[in-house]
Amino acid sequence: MRSKRFEYLDQRPVNQDGYAKEWPEVGFIAMNSPFDPTPSIKIVNGEVVEMDGKTKDEFDMLDAFIARYAINLDFAEEAMATDSLEIARMLVDINVNRQECLKYTTAVTPAKLVEIVGNLSVLEAMMGITKMRCRLKPANQCHVTNVKDNMVQIAADAAEAAVRGFAEMETTVGIVRYAPFNAIAIMLGANVGRPGILTQCAVEEATELDLGMRGYTAYAETVSVYGTEDVFMDGDDTPWSKAFLASCYASRGVKMRFTSGTGSEVQMGMAEGKSMLYLEARCLGVTRGAGVQGTQNGSVSCIGVPAAVPGGIRAVACENLIAAMLDLENASSNDQSFTHSDLRRVARSIPQFIPGTDYICSGYSSTPNYDNMFAGSNWDADDYDDWCVIQRDLRVDAGLLPAREEEVVAARNKAAKAIQALFRELGLPEITDEEVEAATYARGSQDMPDRDVVADLKAATDMLDRGVTGIDFVKALYKGGFEDVAESIFNIQKAKVVGDYLHTASMLDDKFHVISAVNSPNCYEGPMTGYQISPELWEKISDIRTAVDPAKL
Amino acid sequence: MAIDEKLLKSVIAEVLKEMNTADTSAASAVEGETYECPGMQITEIGDAEKGTNPNEVVLGLAPAFGESQTTNIVGIPHADIVKEVMAGLEEEGVSCRIVKVYRTSDVSFIAHDAAELSGSGIGIGIQSKGTTVIHQKDLPPLSNLELFPQCPLIDLETYRAIGKNAAQYAKGESPNPVPVKNDQMARPKFQALSAVLHIKETEHADRDKAPKALKVVFK
Repeated sequence: MRSKRFEYLDQRPVNQDGYAKEWPEVGFIAMNSPFDPTPSIKIVNGEVVEMDGKTKDEFDMLDAFIARYAINLDFAEEAMATDSLEIARMLVDINVNRQECLKYTTAVTPAKLVEIVGNLSVLEAMMGITKMRCRLKPANQCHVTNVKDNMVQIAADAAEAAVRGFAEMETTVGIVRYAPFNAIAIMLGANVGRPGILTQCAVEEATELDLGMRGYTAYAETVSVYGTEDVFMDGDDTPWSKAFLASCYASRGVKMRFTSGTGSEVQMGMAEGKSMLYLEARCLGVTRGAGVQGTQNGSVSCIGVPAAVPGGIRAVACENLIAAMLDLENASSNDQSFTHSDLRRVARSIPQFIPGTDYICSGYSSTPNYDNMFAGSNWDADDYDDWCVIQRDLRVDAGLLPAREEEVVAARNKAAKAIQALFRELGLPEITDEEVEAATYARGSQDMPDRDVVADLKAATDMLDRGVTGIDFVKALYKGGFEDVAESIFNIQKAKVVGDYLHTASMLDDKFHVISAVNSPNCYEGPMTGYQISPELWEKISDIRTAVDPAKL
Repeated sequence: MAIDEKLLKSVIAEVLKEMNTADTSAASAVEGETYECPGMQITEIGDAEKGTNPNEVVLGLAPAFGESQTTNIVGIPHADIVKEVMAGLEEEGVSCRIVKVYRTSDVSFIAHDAAELSGSGIGIGIQSKGTTVIHQKDLPPLSNLELFPQCPLIDLETYRAIGKNAAQYAKGESPNPVPVKNDQMARPKFQALSAVLHIKETEHADRDKAPKALKVVFK
């Protein structure tokens, strides 16, 4: 006979998730694996001849790249000789400032980084993130996608998301050939909602670069690096080829960050028996070595893998911390769905939500999850009010603002009308008034009429063939009567020419001023230092639409 | 879409007939390894060669497909998957050549390899866990014509539609892409299992082994 309690518990959402026991031999272990290497370094004549237990002739291409480019060798011997526990304590000591910590953390090997954070509890890792985050003010990023690749809806959802406070936005496609339309739609919609929002379109890497160079996007993020040679080679890549791609972006003035995360190597069956966190530390070494300003990490789309093993969510917090310890901008995932349990998904986000990261989610689904084409996010549009209330409960700025229905509807309507005008001026397939109306009030694509997909795909391909660029969008919007939107899109293009937003952890304010780790660095040194919520912002965060005014009762 | 069972059976029967006398001209005639899985017997008949028939689509199977793994992630038999894709191609009057790709377990590269072998330049790649890509030889390997990333959601009707669309691309048409499916709870439920299946598939990959032409007999 079965226990009725257990029978009931079996039905709970948490028990619909997949879990696995550790299998360290193939790398199915989050961190602290018995098979991870012991930290070591030997430098002869300014060259690393031994690292993490391997001599130079045993280096694989990641070791060789990291040894050559990723470690500050001037201080490496001293940093490596310092006890990992001591460095771990520096990270949580308010009397040791960020710059002092960086001196050590940028001069050590991947195995040492993992050993350092291996000493931290999850609370201490959060303390470390509070101090080591690059930019003073935390921010947030969202996904704007839908299952129909409907560009009118993308524009409207992006506009709403901008009103709600996101500083960066990312779209992707169901069907690859829709990429140019989705990219235009998110850029236009976002900048209707709030001028100065950076947007991207996650597709194949060469296509992403192409879209950036044409002015369809403002940055790129899905340039993936991996922690083993085999996975790199499986993608026909090396650390050098990725560094080359990074320099292509830099030379065109397009912001970019790499992406990596725990679990990807074991997910691809090529983990070399190392822990997920050790391999991620290698990825971050490659990122730093390539001279890239930042990373999207935190397991990202592989979150189901670390989350399935013991201590996995702590490892994810530690990988975000390691990114900050390497002075990298950190877009800290909290994106892809990994659990049926509402309790678990909140717990997963606490280590980034409370300390704040450069981009807490990367991203938060600005649509209901059925429309999220990254296979669902940990947070979606149906959670907007939950997120805002939790910010208000804990007095935390996690990047969102409560919004009023009328301002959201107005922003959505303007974005839908602007893309209607843009399509008309560029000779693209018609966007009807019915679609504008539907997008203005839609919750998701189930509320949108179907489009002629074949005609759209043909027009999208033709638009690229015609050589239409971001400047053509500016002209079309101007001619179509949306001069303010045209100016914003123009300013986004201008940012690439100026290049200031290539600095670490940048975002743009509504006047297109760059806010980055260079002109606004994190300066946390204990209570009442570092980022403080201003009285005006606290007023906004507090002002949720469902709160009653006691004076009026 | 409602499928008339009688029609389905007759189409499958026809495909089977054609398969049993499958055109092996694009492969060297050396008989290789034979293995069986429920519903299908697979024989490797030599190195896969580049096709010249513009009216063909090449179906690339991942290293463990039909061999050490015999169903997809939700238990759909590999034999049924191959049958449905072939039926979809047959419906459009396009012939199918099947190859086993060994050098990688990455579905994008498998599909791209298949496209490069295909006389029409269109290929389909299927992993053992069921993930599927329709590819075209001139696209970058990690791009695609159509991608079906969430393998637990691909049912037999979708595999058939994939075959049908691939055939239309081969004929130079612009089909309506197979409607995209999305379930945000697929990852929580299946990602760990998917990782294990992929680890096992990758154990069978061999970077130095050329793609093999296959003869498939349904039972």
